[in-house]
Amino acid sequence: MDAPLALEKWSGVISTVIIGAKKEEGGSRSNIIKIGGQSTLPLLFKEGAIPNKPKIAFEISDIAPYDFDEELTTAYGKAINDPLAWAEICVNKYKAELLCLKMQGTHPDFGNKSPQSAAKFISTLLSKVSVPLIIIGSGDDAKDNLIMPACSEAARGERCLIGCAVQDNYKTFTASVLADGHSIIAESPIDINIAKQLNILISDMGLSLERIVINPTIGALGYGLEYAYSIMERARLAALSGDKTLASPFICFVGQEAWRTKEAKTSPEQGIIWETLTATSLIQSGADLLVMRHPKAAQIVSSHIEALFKE
Amino acid sequence: MLIVGELINGMYSNIALALKNHDKKIVQTCVLEQITSGADALDLCCGPASQNPLIDMPWLVEVVQEVTDKPLCLDSSNPKVIQAGLKVARNKTIINSTTADVEKLDILIPLAKKYRSGLIGITISAKGIPQNKDQRLELAAMILNQVSEKGFPIAELYLDPIVMPINVAQNQIRDILETILEFKMISKPSPKTIIGLSNISQGARPRSLINRTFLTMAVASGLDSVILDPKDKELMDTLITAELILNKNIYCDSYLEAYRKK
Repeated sequence: MDAPLALEKWSGVISTVIIGAKKEEGGSRSNIIKIGGQSTLPLLFKEGAIPNKPKIAFEISDIAPYDFDEELTTAYGKAINDPLAWAEICVNKYKAELLCLKMQGTHPDFGNKSPQSAAKFISTLLSKVSVPLIIIGSGDDAKDNLIMPACSEAARGERCLIGCAVQDNYKTFTASVLADGHSIIAESPIDINIAKQLNILISDMGLSLERIVINPTIGALGYGLEYAYSIMERARLAALSGDKTLASPFICFVGQEAWRTKEAKTSPEQGIIWETLTATSLIQSGADLLVMRHPKAAQIVSSHIEALFKE
Repeated sequence: MLIVGELINGMYSNIALALKNHDKKIVQTCVLEQITSGADALDLCCGPASQNPLIDMPWLVEVVQEVTDKPLCLDSSNPKVIQAGLKVARNKTIINSTTADVEKLDILIPLAKKYRSGLIGITISAKGIPQNKDQRLELAAMILNQVSEKGFPIAELYLDPIVMPINVAQNQIRDILETILEFKMISKPSPKTIIGLSNISQGARPRSLINRTFLTMAVASGLDSVILDPKDKELMDTLITAELILNKNIYCDSYLEAYRKK
């Protein structure tokens, strides 16, 4: 005899965040991406609604990447030295539906590009590819405060996802995102208390909680994945129990963490496996957006998502 | 924690006046103030000032429903007054209350079933107020039996141990706290627990300090819902903090604000 399923009734629902705006919405993207909207834990299809699948964003940067393993650079060929060509390969060859652009070249140590030059790059990229964009600063707080308003403005109306706002540096990000109609990534260092606090601080500036995506910060498989997993699970449980300040979708920077590990660097196959397994584990803990690097890993994870959602 | 605002009560002079003149503005303002302060539900009581509670209770229900869809606790010792309120209620309702007397339960349980209302069962009976934990539990068991026999869902039952004023029955307060804990173990699924908080400080002072100290202890004893003055900000802050310490909500530096954003 089949045992009856024990189904939980949740009072909360995760916000739905839309990335990208089509022409009729004031943007110029050919598609839009929807994430979040769940009223149950990951993959419990019989318990509640899971209207959107986890989505994969291909990670690119505005300069040739400095921290890409040889296997990664090989995967993209010569195009990796030309960020615009790299972006086009992701979209045209690997069918990326979303790009995550890191403005690495604006960092004082990696080119120190000016706000004008950063904005120009964004405009050019938007004209070259038609998929929605996630735009990430270089991580240098002082420089991000100069660069990101220019990038945000250059992409005004395109409903990008812009980050990463942190507790010490969220005001400029939030103001730009508010002014230009984007959504924001709020980053906390594997710390649920700070994640919650940052969401409140951002929403206090007038950006609604429905326009925030949490970057919980993750570790790759073998490097603290389980800590990220438990933080995400706890946040999700609180959100589903009605805590709106934690009811945001998650973005996970999978590629960056997986390819840092010594295991990934051991052999090309193992790198792909490491990135793939980190991503699939995070799907189980509630990841909504996976930022990935290797096209092969992205393709495997994409098929995996399709299989999970086949029912 | 279900927070039931206690301020729509004919015992208060503003509400007595509102009932006398059927001035809905006074009532609605008081409702909205309580909700802004954190009330999840509203107690409606005509009190002794009402000349005709059979008219005043449905009037209260109607005017409150004009401004909120939050649950309403229909508070009267007269089942006819409660029924008059239930008849016009569109919001979720909770009957406040039945005692552990068969004649009361025979009327109020069917009413609660008919109107899909929650039901508060107070552990007192026509024999008087219980003097200790065992007597309270005995009355609770009697209410539970009746509720089960009549097919009313236990999860919709709120047991109230009847809080006594500190200056009347100081020796009973520890028993009352323990009773709350034991109410949760009396059956599976457990009934909910509720108290009328302000009773603890009736005739005593400083009332607010006594209220919030007792509330903390009651929350730690497993209290699910409370009837209180939500406009007492220190009381509300204490409640939010007590629940935080019990891991009901996730900490952040702005946890008081976070709770109020919910």
